[in-house]
Amino acid sequence: MSVTTLSSDALAQRQPNWIVRLFDYKPFLIAMCLAPALGLLTVFLTYPLGLGLWLAFTDTTIGRRGIFVGLENFQYLLTDPLWWNAVFYSVFYTAVATFGKFALGFWLALLLNNHFPFKSLLRAIVLLPWIVPTVLSALAFWWIYDPQFSIISYLLVDVLHWRSSNIDFLGSPWPARFSLIAANIWRGIPFVAISLLAGLQTISPSLYEAAMLDGASAWQRFRYITFPMMMPILAIVMTFSIIFTFTDFQLVYAITRGGPVNSTHLLATLAFQRGIAGGELGEGAAIAVSMIPFLVFATLFSYFGLARRKWQQGEAND
Amino acid sequence: MTETVAQSTVADAKAPPDTMAWDSGLRRLMMIYLPLGCFVLILLFPFYWMAITSFKPNAELMNYRDNNPFWVSSPTLAHIKHLLFNTAYPQWLKTTMMVAIGSTTLSLIASTLAAYAIERLRFRGSPYVGLGIYLAYLVPPSILFIPLATVVVQFGLFDSPLALILVYPTFLVPFCTWLLIGYFKSIPYELEECALVDGATRLQILRRITLPLAVPGLISAGIFSFTLSWNEFIYALAFIQSGANKTVPVAILTELVTGDVYQWGALMAGSLLGSLPVAIFYSLFVDYYVSSLTGAVKE
Repeated sequence: MSVTTLSSDALAQRQPNWIVRLFDYKPFLIAMCLAPALGLLTVFLTYPLGLGLWLAFTDTTIGRRGIFVGLENFQYLLTDPLWWNAVFYSVFYTAVATFGKFALGFWLALLLNNHFPFKSLLRAIVLLPWIVPTVLSALAFWWIYDPQFSIISYLLVDVLHWRSSNIDFLGSPWPARFSLIAANIWRGIPFVAISLLAGLQTISPSLYEAAMLDGASAWQRFRYITFPMMMPILAIVMTFSIIFTFTDFQLVYAITRGGPVNSTHLLATLAFQRGIAGGELGEGAAIAVSMIPFLVFATLFSYFGLARRKWQQGEAND
Repeated sequence: MTETVAQSTVADAKAPPDTMAWDSGLRRLMMIYLPLGCFVLILLFPFYWMAITSFKPNAELMNYRDNNPFWVSSPTLAHIKHLLFNTAYPQWLKTTMMVAIGSTTLSLIASTLAAYAIERLRFRGSPYVGLGIYLAYLVPPSILFIPLATVVVQFGLFDSPLALILVYPTFLVPFCTWLLIGYFKSIPYELEECALVDGATRLQILRRITLPLAVPGLISAGIFSFTLSWNEFIYALAFIQSGANKTVPVAILTELVTGDVYQWGALMAGSLLGSLPVAIFYSLFVDYYVSSLTGAVKE
């Protein structure tokens, strides 16, 4: 290794190639290294973000450049019952699904933290719902929620005889809302469980030993050791989960497309319906922009989670 | 290795008081194996259902009275055959594969260079650049797709897979960069110093020393990017219009769902085939995948 490096270096010194020297000039090298990533992010992320903010204040439609209309789009949205409905369902969907994902995911992580045979195989299997394309598993859920041939209805009606009629999962607002939340929880559990499992494995076993010597019960060990030690990672994972649940699009679009009677629209699906399908780019952009305050709130949540982490580390360093 | 040893000794240390208190075989069964079994059952059932549906003949699909719906008595390949020969499915698979490989390659190159510059070339403000890239990860596609659609049209890339290859790095680069920064941190700086003393150029150091040592990180980032771009939906839905250029998730939803009577057999077969490439890819590199997932969260 070192021999090759040396010889090629000697070669470079014998022929002082200006390109080689330029690439060894640190500021130039830094600029070159950062250019592809920052270029891509600027053109396809920062610029569209700004453009989206601008579009939200115009009346642009597909094929026609809009003019600045001030807050008109937002004023219209505030009077639009569909938008309020989407805000309500987005918040409700995020709150219930996040709670479900974290309760079940934390439980699964605690279960996986035990010792049993085939543990790594099980861990691999558990992640499957998360790696399979969401739309494709959503289609499976759509079929599972079929009004006539739902396998859940079959189980409850014909096998267990708990009900006399099939459940109409997607036909009326509230069952449809909860069906979508169930599908979202199903998809989110693996990510939460595996991330939290990684956190659980970093907790020093000596803490549990000390607590057990002091006579702490299993619940007390969980409440006073596991939970506080998991707080930082919980805060981070939860921020990500909240952001991506709140802006979810695929599940709803694949299973209900916002129906029945627009009761399951999330802000993202409403923005798509108005902006791309309906061609009202300005209004769609305004709906998308109206998600930002919620996202900022979630990010601040993460920031304080991180701040807490530093504080804890400071105390643990003694 | 040391970790397992440590953990097993801990388990031994833990065992006596627990056994005395309440840990019997039955207890363990009820508290661990039963809930775990339920979790695995529920998490895997939709896949089982997807698979069994795609091999059922239509008669069995719509008749639960005479057939046990949990099993298939006369399996058929008709749905898969229909999919492969009567629809553009192979074309969709090809497009998806091309887009996934293209965007993964692009993101890996961009984020390796960026991570190297941020972590190893250390300049004034490098932590802020890192933070900026991290913040980019928090911008969800749902608020970007409308303005991005107009940008894509401006560039004349509408309805072209190239648009997807260029746009996917917006969510891949932030993730990969953070993952790779973590990997580069774990490589001892002394190795690079030695090479510098020997007179190697920065690019030689990157190519001959840092990259070979960061291969596990590159694999993790690559797998992660591949699955993410394979699964991406909203951009592909918004930017691609013609049937032949669609990616698998979009095509199944928009081209196969037609009319009032859904072809559940074909739909499920399409979902199964569309999930298989990522599932196989994933099973080959499970450990890298898990480490990238947890590593990125820990960063």
